[in-house]
Amino acid sequence: MLSLPIFLVASVVKIVLVIFILLTAVAYTVWLERKVVGHMQNRWGPSRVGPFGLLQPLADGVKFLLKEDLTPPHVYRPLFIAAPMIAVICALTSISVIPFGTAIPVAGHIIPLQITDLNIGLLVILGVTSIGVYGVALAGWSSNSKYSLLGGLRASAQMVSYEICLGLSLVGVLIVSGSFSLQQIVESQRGYFWGFIPKWNIFYGCQFVAFFIYLMAAYAETNRIPFDLPEAETELVAGYHTEYSAMKFAMFFMAEYANMITVACLATILFLGGGNGPLFGPPLLRLILPTFYFVAKVFVFLFTYIWVRGTLPRFRYDQLMAFGWKFLFPLAIANLVVTALVVAYRS
Amino acid sequence: MVPVSYYLILSGILFSCGVIGFLIKRNIITIFISIELMLNGVNLSFVAFAAQWQHLSGQVFVFFVMVVAAAEATVGLAIIIAVFRTRETLNVDHVNLLKL
Amino acid sequence: MLHLVLFLVFGAICVAGAINLLVQSHPISSALSLVVVMASLAVEYLLLGAEFVAAVQVIVYAGAVMVLFVFVIMLLNAGVEERTKGSRVALILGIPGVLAGGLLVAWVLIERTGTATVGLGALPGFPKTIGNLLFHDFLLPFEVTSVLVLIAIMGAVVLASRPEPKNPEKES
Repeated sequence: MLSLPIFLVASVVKIVLVIFILLTAVAYTVWLERKVVGHMQNRWGPSRVGPFGLLQPLADGVKFLLKEDLTPPHVYRPLFIAAPMIAVICALTSISVIPFGTAIPVAGHIIPLQITDLNIGLLVILGVTSIGVYGVALAGWSSNSKYSLLGGLRASAQMVSYEICLGLSLVGVLIVSGSFSLQQIVESQRGYFWGFIPKWNIFYGCQFVAFFIYLMAAYAETNRIPFDLPEAETELVAGYHTEYSAMKFAMFFMAEYANMITVACLATILFLGGGNGPLFGPPLLRLILPTFYFVAKVFVFLFTYIWVRGTLPRFRYDQLMAFGWKFLFPLAIANLVVTALVVAYRS
Repeated sequence: MVPVSYYLILSGILFSCGVIGFLIKRNIITIFISIELMLNGVNLSFVAFAAQWQHLSGQVFVFFVMVVAAAEATVGLAIIIAVFRTRETLNVDHVNLLKL
Repeated sequence: MLHLVLFLVFGAICVAGAINLLVQSHPISSALSLVVVMASLAVEYLLLGAEFVAAVQVIVYAGAVMVLFVFVIMLLNAGVEERTKGSRVALILGIPGVLAGGLLVAWVLIERTGTATVGLGALPGFPKTIGNLLFHDFLLPFEVTSVLVLIAIMGAVVLASRPEPKNPEKES
C-alpha cells in the first residue's frame, strides 16, 4: 500500500498522463481513420499538413477552436450546452479503471499502470457508458430540429437495446474470471494451455461467441458504421449533432473516438488477455512489454473499426433492431448457458 | 461516523418530495417520475437499515425494488403511449372520461 | 469527518434535485433532475459500502429506466406542463397531510434510531455475497420477479403496439 501523499501525487500524475495520452490517441485515431479509409477508397487522405499529413489533427483542433460557435435560435439552451459536455465527460471517465500494463517501480514505490482498481471496475464502465446515452439523446432533443430529434430517438433506442447484448456478452467473461475487477480479469488470463495457446478468455474461456456479440454491440454503442443510424448522413443530415458547430461539435467527435478507444481497451482486457504476452529480455524490457502488447492489441481493434467502416454499408433501422433483439440477444443467452455448463464441468 | 437517522431523514425528504410531486403535478409523465423518486427514497432507507443492522438482505431488497420499478416503468410508459394515442394529451385532468 | 462531509454534499445535491423536479414545468427537466438524484444516491450507497447496489442503481435506474422516460418524452414531444386547477381535495388535504405524515415518520425514526451511527463503508455489499444471498436465500422471490418482468414485457408490447390495420380486402 502507498502512503496518502504519494498516492495523491501518483494519482494526479497518472490522471494527467492518461488524459493527455487519450486525447492524443483520439486525435491520431481520427488521422488514422481518414488515412486508412482514404486508401481503401483509392484516395490519399490527409497529406498536406506535415509529413503524411501527421499534423492534420493539430490543424483540425485549431480550426475547431477558432470557428464561430453558433447557437441556433429556438434551441433549449441549458441542455443544448450541457449535452456535448455530458457526452465527453462520460467518454473520458470510463478510461479511469482500465489497466494499461503491469505495475512499475518508480523511486522505490510500486505504481500500478491504472488510475484506480475497483472491485466493480467493469460495472463502473457499464454505468458510465449508460449515462453517456443522455449526451446524444439530449443533443437531439434540445436542438429543436426534426433531424436531430430523429437522431436522438434512434440513438437512445439503439443504445439501450444493444447495452443488453453488451452486458450479457460480458457475463460469460465474468463467469470464467470470477471477478468484476479488471486487474484480476487480466491476471486470470495469464499462462498457456496445451503448451502454446495463450489462456485468453476468447480461447480458454470459449468466449469467441461472446466476443462476436461484444464486437457488434460495441459498434452499435459507439454509433459506428454499420450501426451509425443516429447520424446517418444520407437521411438525417448529421443526426443528433446537425445543429452543433465548432467546439461543441468537436466534443461529440472526441467523445465518439474516446468511446471507441475505451471499447477497444475493454475488449483487449476481457477477451484478449490485456497486457499478457511472452516476456523476455532485460528487466526494463519486461516492464515495458505488457504495455506494448496492450497497445498493439488495442490498435488491432481500432484498425478493425476503420476497416469495417470502409467495407460495410449501413443497416436499415428495422434491420438494426431485429438484429439486436432477434439474433444477438438469444445468441448471448445461449452463450451464457453454454459458458456456465463449461465452467461447471471444469470445476 | 454518520448517524443512521441522517440517512433516514434524507430518504424521508426524497419520499415526501415524491408524494408532493405526485399530488401537484398534472403531467402524467412527471407524476410517473415522482413515483420513481418515492421508490428511490425507500431504497435509501433499505440500504441504511442494512448498514445499521449489518444484514445484507436490505441491499438484496433494493434489487427487487429496482426490478419491480423497471417493470412498472415499462408497463406504465406503454399505458401513457396508449393514452396519448387516443386522447392526444398528457394532462391527467383531461383524461377523466371512461369512454371517448 | 470525511464521511459526514461527503454525506452532506451529496445529500444536498439529492434534495436540490428533488426540489428542482417539483419546480420545473417541463417533463424532461424533471426527468433529468431525477437522474441527478439517482446518481447522488448511488454515491450515498457507496458511502454505506453498498458498491454493487450503487453500480446497479446507475446502470439500471439512471441508465435504462430514465433513458426510457426521456425516450417517451421525446417520442410524444411532451411540451411544457399545462396549469390546470387540479383537484381541490388534493390541495387542501394532501399537502398538510404529507407534511404531517413526513414529520411523524421522521419523529418516530429519530426517536427510535437516534444514537445508532454507521461508519464509512459500514456493510460492504460485494457482488459475490449479494449473489450468494440472491441465488440461495432469495431464490423464490428472484424467480417470481423474473416472471413478473416477463409479464411486464409482454404487457408493454401489447399496450404500446398499434392496433392492427384492418385488411380492406377482407372487409369488402
